[in-house]
Amino acid sequence: MRGLLATLLIVLAGMAAAVEPDEILDDPLLEARAREISRDIRCVVCQNEPIDSSNAGVARDLRLLIRERLLAGDSDDAVRQYLVDRYGDYVLFKPPFKPATYALWLAPFGLLALGGVAAGMALRRRGGRGGAEALSAEDEARVAELVARYDGDANRKDI
Amino acid sequence: MQRILVLLPILVVLILGGFFVWGLNPDRDPNAIPSALISKPVPAFDLAPIDGVDVPGLASGDLAGGEPVLVNVFASWCVPCRAEHKVLTRLATQEGFPLFGINYKDKPEDAKAWLEELGNPYLRIGSDESGRAGLDWGISGVPESFLVDATGTVVWRYVGPIATEQAQDDLRQALAAARERAGT
Amino acid sequence: MIPELGQFALALALALALVQSLVPMAGAARGNLLWMRSAQSTALGQLLFVGFGFGALMWAFVVSDFTVRNVAENSNSLKPMIFKVAATWGSHEGSLLLWTLILTLFGAGVAVFGSNIPHALRARTLSVQAWISVGFLSFMLFTSNPFERILPPPLDGNDLNPLLQDIGLAIHPPLLYVGYVGFSIVFSFAVAALIEGRVDAAWARWVRPWTLAAWMSLTAGIALGSWWAYYELGWGGWWFWDPVENVSFMPWLLGTALLHSAIVTEKRGAFKSWTILLAILTFSLSLLGTFIVRSGLLTSVHAFAVDPERGVYILGLLGVSIGGSLTLYAVRAPAMEGGGLFAPVSREGGLLINNLLLAVATGTVLFGTLYPLFLEAVTGDKISVGPPFYNASFVPIMLPLVFVMGLGPLLTWKRADLKGVLQRLWLALALAALAALVIWYLVTGGPALAVLAFGLGIWLFVATAQDWAARIKLFRAPLSESLRRARNLPRASHGMSLAHLGLAVCIFGFVGSSAWKEDVIVFAEPGTRVQVAGYDLEFQGVEQVPGPNYTASRGTLAVSRDGEFLQYLYPERRNYPVARSQTTESAIRHTLGGDLYASMAEPAAATAGNAWTLRVLFEPLVNFIWLGSFMLVLGGALSLSDRRLRVGAPRRARAPEMAQPAE
Repeated sequence: MRGLLATLLIVLAGMAAAVEPDEILDDPLLEARAREISRDIRCVVCQNEPIDSSNAGVARDLRLLIRERLLAGDSDDAVRQYLVDRYGDYVLFKPPFKPATYALWLAPFGLLALGGVAAGMALRRRGGRGGAEALSAEDEARVAELVARYDGDANRKDI
Repeated sequence: MQRILVLLPILVVLILGGFFVWGLNPDRDPNAIPSALISKPVPAFDLAPIDGVDVPGLASGDLAGGEPVLVNVFASWCVPCRAEHKVLTRLATQEGFPLFGINYKDKPEDAKAWLEELGNPYLRIGSDESGRAGLDWGISGVPESFLVDATGTVVWRYVGPIATEQAQDDLRQALAAARERAGT
Repeated sequence: MIPELGQFALALALALALVQSLVPMAGAARGNLLWMRSAQSTALGQLLFVGFGFGALMWAFVVSDFTVRNVAENSNSLKPMIFKVAATWGSHEGSLLLWTLILTLFGAGVAVFGSNIPHALRARTLSVQAWISVGFLSFMLFTSNPFERILPPPLDGNDLNPLLQDIGLAIHPPLLYVGYVGFSIVFSFAVAALIEGRVDAAWARWVRPWTLAAWMSLTAGIALGSWWAYYELGWGGWWFWDPVENVSFMPWLLGTALLHSAIVTEKRGAFKSWTILLAILTFSLSLLGTFIVRSGLLTSVHAFAVDPERGVYILGLLGVSIGGSLTLYAVRAPAMEGGGLFAPVSREGGLLINNLLLAVATGTVLFGTLYPLFLEAVTGDKISVGPPFYNASFVPIMLPLVFVMGLGPLLTWKRADLKGVLQRLWLALALAALAALVIWYLVTGGPALAVLAFGLGIWLFVATAQDWAARIKLFRAPLSESLRRARNLPRASHGMSLAHLGLAVCIFGFVGSSAWKEDVIVFAEPGTRVQVAGYDLEFQGVEQVPGPNYTASRGTLAVSRDGEFLQYLYPERRNYPVARSQTTESAIRHTLGGDLYASMAEPAAATAGNAWTLRVLFEPLVNFIWLGSFMLVLGGALSLSDRRLRVGAPRRARAPEMAQPAE
């Protein structure tokens, strides 16, 4: 194991021109849809790359399969479902919205709400009573001290 | 309120830490992908036999034959398959399960030569030259093996050659469980 | 012999770090000036010894000493010298040594340049820094010794992964690490302040230059990494939201928040406990990155060789440092509030929104990165969280931030006049709306979000430029007066404007290259012609070109536009026999409007005959990403050079230099 790969291992080695010219469909609209879908389908044998930019054999087969399904008249969602039936949700870079991923998709809103509440509390504490103009005596003193300090600096020569 | 807020970061870190400890479990393989087929009926496919090999082809209908069978995806160009071949041949006779093959993306003449050289333990072999049936099974490479129970439901899957003791034991266990269910 | 000396030097550094982690801390508690001062010599000593160890490893690579396992596994005698040197930090062990070197570098930096910091704070900070040193030096010596010998030595080395044999990637890790690890000193300052139980404006000012330095490096490191991915991987992408990319991006996001919240602490004495928390969390995220990259916890395109034992050790380090500091935080933070009052609409309010959004964005990226792990632990299901998730979550969080960025600098402290500010910015608003409409009209395809983002970029650019012009009264006063004002304006202020402009420029690049990219993929044989984005390319064939440790198949493409010849492009496909792998070397015609990007590879289909798979992309505005990143770094540098930071940070209001009783 150790001897196998003790180096910074980047498994992208084959990440060259992945989509091959002979795969491309004649209908540019269908081809665009195919590219769009395959950009968000994860290659199952590679580490973390879409089949669109992988040159693994299975990735190519899947790209061809997607195009075949599109030619057969499937909708984009039907094509994705076709792949999910065979490989599971794992192949979707965009996780479906379902109970197992509610937490994931709702997390940004939850975080924003939490942060919003915290920020609101900070604002209330700082601005609610007393008004924004009121500075404590201590603050006034510090501001005066700092201002004096900066002015002092400005008059000093660089070393 | 503030007292509670300042405890939040450490709480989050503790929870994260718990997940990390779990994730470092040496038995966990971060790269393993569970099969979407487990507990589902076998996919619909119908494969012709390999030209010149005298066993019949393989189709979905052959897989609900009243007893558990092992479906092995192999190819002559696949090096680990060679090592696995010997083990599977032995296991099939020892354990007495039917062994079916899917010959993945192989030229018929290569597959024929390979089987002639190593022997043919398969009762049926479907020739999947295009690789389409492989995709229907959701394989990510060869070799890969699926245990299908008496009703044609996929109950177990193994990625890579069934060559290690561990892999063989896993197969025996899955087989015993499938037979038990079929018996009752 | 030299490798053994290197190892010995590391052991000595560990001993020094142990001393430094105890003596100055005790000195600060007991008011013993001599003990406190010892930190300065031990910090320098650590740098010296770790530096020697690093030099010893580099020497082993330079002379190709294959008796050292690390060299045998990662180098080769045929490799060009620069990549032999760079291979020093190409492996897990070597990069860990670099990590530690930078850690000691920042410690020594505070020892040397921190003469304006009170003795007690400096001593405590250096002690905390030494705790981290102890953790990493012992980690290296006990689990990942870079100097391990291999007997008998192989005749030649395995060579470094050819993808990494690239100048961009040779300097990417050092820059990234200076950023990552630079935040360690900010962390140490924060923990020291928590131990002292005292955070004030002066503290924020002492920390600022170190935060800035780390942030600049991290910015440069990330930008360089994405640039490398762009030209080296052959598919023209520069960011993929891969876990390893995310773990470098999260400290950047939170570090940016820290940079801004520290301003409020410095200028207004508010947000104290929040600033401290950010300082702790930013470095915690750096540590988390180190952990994720080296433990193999998540599947990623880039990962070091995985070793669970190492993972456990780093997790232990994380537990002690993050858990310890946050516990200390929970105990001390409630006592340190206070500070200036302000109205919701004010500079403080703007910076509060900045911090809120940056923190939420960081949390979202963190959650998305770790969610597959959570789900696997709970249900056993495996899912993938990729670019579509981040485009749908991260981007909408950042867009309001860009809007606020345009306003923020015009808001006054304490209470601001929002209406007045918006009136002053009517030009920016109008131009942004106009630009968005024009783009919407011109570009038929592409997502609507792209138009919005581009408009916001224009808004930010114009608003920032307008604010800067107003500050120096450009065009409103004689030029000489404006110049005088520009000279008198603090460099930090120029730096802020430049960095904000830089982000606007980055946005143009992000949007242009991801929303309006064009590509053509063909089988190319001599004479094949391709048209992309108004360019005509003719493929003129392939020749074999030998390199030092590879052979290349080099294609020639003649580029012309409207019948006029412009230049040749030479994409290559290189074969490295020793490392047994291939790389794609793209050929790019750079222009400010966009890059013409060509790469070639062997076709997958056997029917293609002798043809090559040629891929030609047009990436609009892509160079703006790196131009903008450069402006961000330059803005940071300007701010760092502000004489107020270099010369005299203020003494503390009431300055009890000696032992502050613990609460």
